[in-house]
Amino acid sequence: MGERQVEMMSGAAMVVRALKDIGVKHVFGYPGGAVLDIYDALYAQEEVQHILVRHEQAAAHMADGYARATGQTGTVLVTSGPGATNTITGIATAYMDSIPMVVLSGQVPSMHIGEDAFQETDMVGCSRPIVKHSFLVKRAIDIPDAIAKAYYIANTGRPGPVVVDLPKDVVNVQESHPYHFPEKVQMRSYNPTIKGHMGQIKKALKTLLEARRPIMYVGGGAIACDASSLVTELAEKLHLPVTNTLMGLGAFPGTHDQCLGMLGMHGTLQANKSMHNADCILALGARFDDRVTNNVQKFCPHATIIHVDIDPASISKTVNAHIPVVGSIKTVLTQFFEQMHEIDENERKEQLADWWEQIHAWRNRQCLNYQRSDELIKPQQVIESLYKHTGGDAYVSSDVGQHQMFAALYYPFAKPRRWINSGGLGTMGFGLPAAMGAQFAHPESVVACVTGDGSIQMNIQELSTCLQYGLPIKVISLNNRALGMVRQWQDMIYKGRHSHSYMESLPDFVKLAEAYGHIGIKVEKPEELDEAMARCFAAKDRLVFMDIAVDQNEHVYPMQIKYGAMDDMRLSKTERT
Amino acid sequence: MRRIISVLMENEPGALSRIIGLFSQRGYNLDSLCVAPIDDSSLSRLTITTAGDDKVIEQITKQVNKLIDVLKISDITDGSHIERELMLIKVATRSETVRAEVKRTVDIYRGQVVDVTPKTYTIELTGTSDKLDSFVQTMGLTAEIVELSRTGVCGLARGEKSMRP
Ligand SMILES: Cc1ncc(C[n+]2csc(CCOP(=O)(O)OP(=O)(O)O)c2C)c(N)n1
Ligand SMILES: [Mg+2]
Repeated sequence: MGERQVEMMSGAAMVVRALKDIGVKHVFGYPGGAVLDIYDALYAQEEVQHILVRHEQAAAHMADGYARATGQTGTVLVTSGPGATNTITGIATAYMDSIPMVVLSGQVPSMHIGEDAFQETDMVGCSRPIVKHSFLVKRAIDIPDAIAKAYYIANTGRPGPVVVDLPKDVVNVQESHPYHFPEKVQMRSYNPTIKGHMGQIKKALKTLLEARRPIMYVGGGAIACDASSLVTELAEKLHLPVTNTLMGLGAFPGTHDQCLGMLGMHGTLQANKSMHNADCILALGARFDDRVTNNVQKFCPHATIIHVDIDPASISKTVNAHIPVVGSIKTVLTQFFEQMHEIDENERKEQLADWWEQIHAWRNRQCLNYQRSDELIKPQQVIESLYKHTGGDAYVSSDVGQHQMFAALYYPFAKPRRWINSGGLGTMGFGLPAAMGAQFAHPESVVACVTGDGSIQMNIQELSTCLQYGLPIKVISLNNRALGMVRQWQDMIYKGRHSHSYMESLPDFVKLAEAYGHIGIKVEKPEELDEAMARCFAAKDRLVFMDIAVDQNEHVYPMQIKYGAMDDMRLSKTERT
Repeated sequence: MRRIISVLMENEPGALSRIIGLFSQRGYNLDSLCVAPIDDSSLSRLTITTAGDDKVIEQITKQVNKLIDVLKISDITDGSHIERELMLIKVATRSETVRAEVKRTVDIYRGQVVDVTPKTYTIELTGTSDKLDSFVQTMGLTAEIVELSRTGVCGLARGEKSMRP
């Protein structure tokens, strides 16, 4: 074999070349002084498409939405200082939800680091608590290795964001260096556990099969490793009831008979009741966070908890797991099946008959019913209409607030990666850019963004980016003229003292959408809703902004009662469990 | 409960700040920290003393282990182990009696006077943290303590047990 010619190139060219070698198709970014060399290298090629955003926070959310919709790592490119710090909220959002992302940030030249140079920020320091890892690249020849490692770390084990900080002199186009892309990334200090421990798996299976009141509690981890079909197979084989977390919606089909819907603070009655009364909980890629457990002291007192997670630190963090299994959900479930003997379907059904009867009784209380009105559009109704007009098959991103919970509860996602929301950080302003990322990933699919009058204004400038790239996103804005979720808490806890949760000078969103070159539709009457929604989705290649006036006084129910058990809930303004 | 945790990590810039950051970010106690490269200079060994109940300690070890730069972690407290800390302490020795008394105490504790000026003695003492605490207390009764500096604990498990990459 002849020796391969070593290619010589500048640091900037290496950055772009390494992205190509990794297979990156889209980079969401915004230029500036420290990254001008990299931008110049981007100019001369077509394999890596750069998307020019209007704000770096949005670039991070786009990369995030792209990753959630595909499972592939999202990429961000920003300049030093303000460009880098603008991504912080986006990085934190991705970190909290374990989303694979690589942020390439420019940095002042190495020799000026520490001098408070123009647009200098210690990006590695600023982002340290919200990244999985970070690199400050000191030499051009280290660029391919650092970038390869960044992508490897971001999208293996428990995924997460990785920052690669690139000083301007390191990417300098004037100098050439040999380019070596590592064939395989290996790190002695980083070897995530993928396979579950056999002893633990056997123990888990035995407990699960003996249980009389079992439940599966499925989180975002099952989506991260594409384990949905295995999750469904296990549930069906063992006839288990399943509840999905806010991050896990779609991991098990929301449309399935055995699905109890979402659990937690705004979970369904049947999901929370079943959890509380279960004798065995099989937690798959979920992390028992405070928005699920309510008071941990009162959490599921009868249950033996089997916790499968790829991150050992997630196990027994808030709630003690009786049978911990460290590993990827996908691999561990495959191991489950290998260990499982022939299951007699009728026997299973009989064993769980009483349990299912009880669950049906809870279900029959129909906790998601709501009062319709002739005058006012109910937010729930909007989501139901959205479901109908998208055949339940759209990519739906959401912002944060009441509209988010309505979307989570009233749009039963049948497939994973369709529901794209900021669960852990709860970042208002996430919805529109995340939808854009999903649309870039799936140009032929229907992408809707469920948002509120407050949230949409946090990244509304991206309507301009949508026009530039012809993204036909459907923005479904539930306009209640209020920071509704804040207002709801003020109604419930502060005797209706609406301190600063009212928006007195909302823009005319229809005109605003038009000013950005899109279609705006205002809907004010319940009887207009269906027709307007139809018009919205008929405009296939245009962005449509639906400004839908909804009832300002609607609350999201069910809702857990603070300090209570999982199933201590309010079911409406007047009823509780 | 007091714990001694040993960590083997990449000797990379920024690695230490990640460990320290983790402790403050997650609200863990960091009582002392002792760090230096080992025989393989691409690695550093850290010894952390911390305090917390079993649940907290379990979280600390898991979270530290999760850092990409960390190769190994081990809580050496429960097993039989050796721990040492080094202290340099400067005391004022204004009179002959004080000097004699200081010298006697240093001998009892098997310390060493490593620097002498007309008005001060600087003493080096190695031992467990308890021993160092007790020395400081005793010395405080005899002479005025001018300043002191301690390295924090470093430790190893006894016997065959070892922590290698
Ligand atoms: C960046 C950010 N700031 C503040 C909050 C706190 N917060 C949560 S929901 C909410 C109100 C959201 O209002 P809107 O987008 O109109 O949604 P609605 O609840 O009215 O449906 C606020 C302020 C947040 N989640 N994110
Ligand atoms: Mg609102």
